[in-house]
Amino acid sequence: MSSAWHIVDVVAVQEETATARTIGLRFPLPVRSLPGQHLDLRLTAPDGYQAVRSYSVASASPPDTLEITVEELPDGEVSPYLVRKLAVGDQLEVRGPVGGWFVWRPEDASPVQLIAGGSGVVPLMAMVRAHDQARHPAPFRLLYSVRDPESVYYRQELESLAGSSSGLAVDYVYTRRAPAGRPVGRLDARILASSVFGPEADPAVFICGATGFVETVSGWLVDSGYPPERIKTERYGGMGGTG
Amino acid sequence: MNGWTGRPAPGGPGAGERGTGGPDGLGEDYLDGNALAGPLSEVFLIDMTSARGRCDSCGAVSAIAEARLYVNAPAMVLRCPSCSGVLLRVRRDGGQAVLDLRGFSYLTIDLG
Repeated sequence: MSSAWHIVDVVAVQEETATARTIGLRFPLPVRSLPGQHLDLRLTAPDGYQAVRSYSVASASPPDTLEITVEELPDGEVSPYLVRKLAVGDQLEVRGPVGGWFVWRPEDASPVQLIAGGSGVVPLMAMVRAHDQARHPAPFRLLYSVRDPESVYYRQELESLAGSSSGLAVDYVYTRRAPAGRPVGRLDARILASSVFGPEADPAVFICGATGFVETVSGWLVDSGYPPERIKTERYGGMGGTG
Repeated sequence: MNGWTGRPAPGGPGAGERGTGGPDGLGEDYLDGNALAGPLSEVFLIDMTSARGRCDSCGAVSAIAEARLYVNAPAMVLRCPSCSGVLLRVRRDGGQAVLDLRGFSYLTIDLG
């Protein structure tokens, strides 16, 4: 069995929010990534102790460079290093991109409904970018639940895409603090129903966020008549931030 | 933590590896089977997390990606989302992967 791990170069870092950072990784060979896939990162301490974490790919259509966006978990073992210390010129050990379940496939012409809780927007952004780059005709809609305006990832790019003819619509739910004139409050079944493609449109649905967020939202959709097999979920284990 | 390096450990791949795919060590006590994609990619040529399996305990059918993955154990343990029965265990033993699939009656694998 050959090792699936390879060493990549950190070629870019960019602050996304006060607690999140996008990291560009250059691979030794051209790499293919499907929108929604993730990378496993393996870090090794001088004593040999290793930790492996999965991070969703945020970018689309690489030749040899992929981007991930990492949210810092305050007591985390790995994410504070990635967000605060890692620098251009460093190297990381990675496996992937991997995953074939939580993936948007452009050959599917269905409308696509994306639902993000906090940092769960990352793999959905890869789908948004792939959709835009392909000038894909399927209508896309993103519902993004986030704590406050400053916690929104990719804000300018999302505004630009939503204001263009790309076929993307974006709705925000602000759970703690909203821009002037916008409501504050958690996502509920009523807001959900008014912010997503209806079941009659038979959308492919992708939900990503913390476990509680994902299970609650998918439950509401099933109760509203969306077929379970049209709903794909990816749960972030801990404090991914449902907003 | 200070002192991380991206380079492999002197002991070779997998030496001392812990916490695979975790939520950075904290929070919820399980992940979903999506996080098995990397470990299983070292064994199978095609993505196995899209495979649908029938739980031998309760008969529920789900994709590996949808089941619940527990990583804070000597092996990674995948449990049925309906009955919590063990579906799959995988662990690394030196240069070998040890894969226990007895919790599935069968797996349906899309060959594309």
